[in-house]
Amino acid sequence: MTPTSSTLAPRSRARVLLARLEGPQTMGRGPAFWGTAFLAVAAAAAYPLMADAWTVGNAAYFLIWTFMAMGLGVVWGYAGALSFGQTAFFGFAGYAYGVLTLNLGAAYGLTFVALALSVAFGGLFALVIGYFMFYGRIQGVFIGIVTLSVTLVLETFMAQTAGPQWRIGEARLNGFNGMSGMPPLTLPWFGGDILLYPGPSLYYLLLGLVVVCYLGLRIMLNSRFGNVLVAIRENPHRVGMLGYDVRLYQMLAFGIGGAFAALSGALYTAWGQYITPSSMGLTSAALPIVWVAVGGRRDITATLIGTLVVLAGFQSLTIYGSQYALVVMGTLLLLTVLAAPEGLVVGAMKLLGRVFQRSKR
Amino acid sequence: MSEILKVEGLRKAFGGVVVANGIDFSLSAGAMHCLIGPNGAGKSSFFRLLLGEHAPDAGTITFDGGDITGLRSFQRIRRGISVKFQVPGIFKALSVRQNLEVAFQDHLHGHSLDATIREMLEFTDLQGEEMTPAGILSHGQQQWLEIAMAVGVEPKLLLLDEPTAGMSPDETHKTGEMLHELNARGITILAVEHDMAFVEQIAERVTVLHFGSIFTEGTIAEIIDHPGVQEIYLGTSDV
Repeated sequence: MTPTSSTLAPRSRARVLLARLEGPQTMGRGPAFWGTAFLAVAAAAAYPLMADAWTVGNAAYFLIWTFMAMGLGVVWGYAGALSFGQTAFFGFAGYAYGVLTLNLGAAYGLTFVALALSVAFGGLFALVIGYFMFYGRIQGVFIGIVTLSVTLVLETFMAQTAGPQWRIGEARLNGFNGMSGMPPLTLPWFGGDILLYPGPSLYYLLLGLVVVCYLGLRIMLNSRFGNVLVAIRENPHRVGMLGYDVRLYQMLAFGIGGAFAALSGALYTAWGQYITPSSMGLTSAALPIVWVAVGGRRDITATLIGTLVVLAGFQSLTIYGSQYALVVMGTLLLLTVLAAPEGLVVGAMKLLGRVFQRSKR
Repeated sequence: MSEILKVEGLRKAFGGVVVANGIDFSLSAGAMHCLIGPNGAGKSSFFRLLLGEHAPDAGTITFDGGDITGLRSFQRIRRGISVKFQVPGIFKALSVRQNLEVAFQDHLHGHSLDATIREMLEFTDLQGEEMTPAGILSHGQQQWLEIAMAVGVEPKLLLLDEPTAGMSPDETHKTGEMLHELNARGITILAVEHDMAFVEQIAERVTVLHFGSIFTEGTIAEIIDHPGVQEIYLGTSDV
């Protein structure tokens, strides 16, 4: 018999890890898929050369949300727990970034320290909520109800922090109007710090982060951990009877999803230098579910593509169609659930796969 | 042989319904044992108590020398108890391979996952079905897949709740052969079963449960000849 990864040399172990970029839990494999993916990233990298700074900054805004969407994909699509409150971790981390940077300042790369700490706090917060939910045997739709309650309670709490007593060090929480004035991500550099305002520099940083997070999630989802998550989605009782602590796996998946939402939240605050309680409100909480469902919750690639497409469509509708944008989003969700429950991008990818296979024969 | 399982004074009631009424039961390591009894006798409840899905009102369960009465289900599985349910508890939307991967991935001891899966596919006669979604296998194949998954956690004791339910006679016979092979590998087997021909094929000893209590225990011949067994099964007293 051949040895497993645990007995392999580091180089071989790295090869095993890279092999997990492809697997049963993620669509897309082979040179055609990776060639297309490379072209897509190359096109995205070339985009700032063809667009003005404002448009590039706006594209960076789209990229920010993909982290929360991919995290929700892990929690909902892979682990089978519909969280309606990822915005709680988004907002928590957004405020954490504001409080930390207003107190620490932007010198010496401290904004990146604040970013890392905000993500860690958001992930930890998700682990705590996840612990009480999953170890408290909350299941099914009740997970959605509890998580929605958490985000709405946070929104309500933050909205009443207008008084001067609501401050943490130098940072005023500012109630309904939210916090502002925090520094953007600031990169220490020879000859002067580089301030990453919305524009090409921030865009490239976010694009790199999206690529790293996407590939990292593919490896994780095709690992032993991912195998167990998908099995829990299908039949948690059987998974427990295979000796796995189902609650622990669900809690960890929820923590990872929370950390990804927190990454979006902290980056959002750094991008616009503001964060308000409405970022944790009902509308904000519902939108990630639309992005993920429309793209396809059970595949991380579909989630990523779907989120970018729906976000761009939503913004166009908001500009040209004003209030109707939300109605269209709701209709899109209903149509997806009724006509393509696996998601539109997954449906299209499967169709393309079939056409490709047929043409090969 | 040493005892692998010892149950003493096990009692469980749901309101006024007593599903285990002070059960004393023991099983030798390496045994092939069947539990029989009419519907409602408490066989499945006894399994759930062994698996930790129900907490007993009284009594103790000792497995492999350790008290497991207070352990959670997954902890009991890690100690070496495994189960195959009456309704196949498989991951229907996943491929046969994925089902086996989840079961075997933490129990390889340096062996290759691919080789282990190939071996189990051969053992369960599921060669060629590796990438088939488990939900579209025939009922018998689903039962065999679940037996393979249950074996994946390296059990010392394998609990089988009606493993041949819904199987054809050929499939039933093949299942019996599989269980003999697993037993020869050192796995103790305790099965709930209604099909007496299958019980005869696999069991060295049989325990009859009735109203949550042990009614009698013996070899299959002793059980068949027992004057009270047919009475409790068929409700007649002319045996």
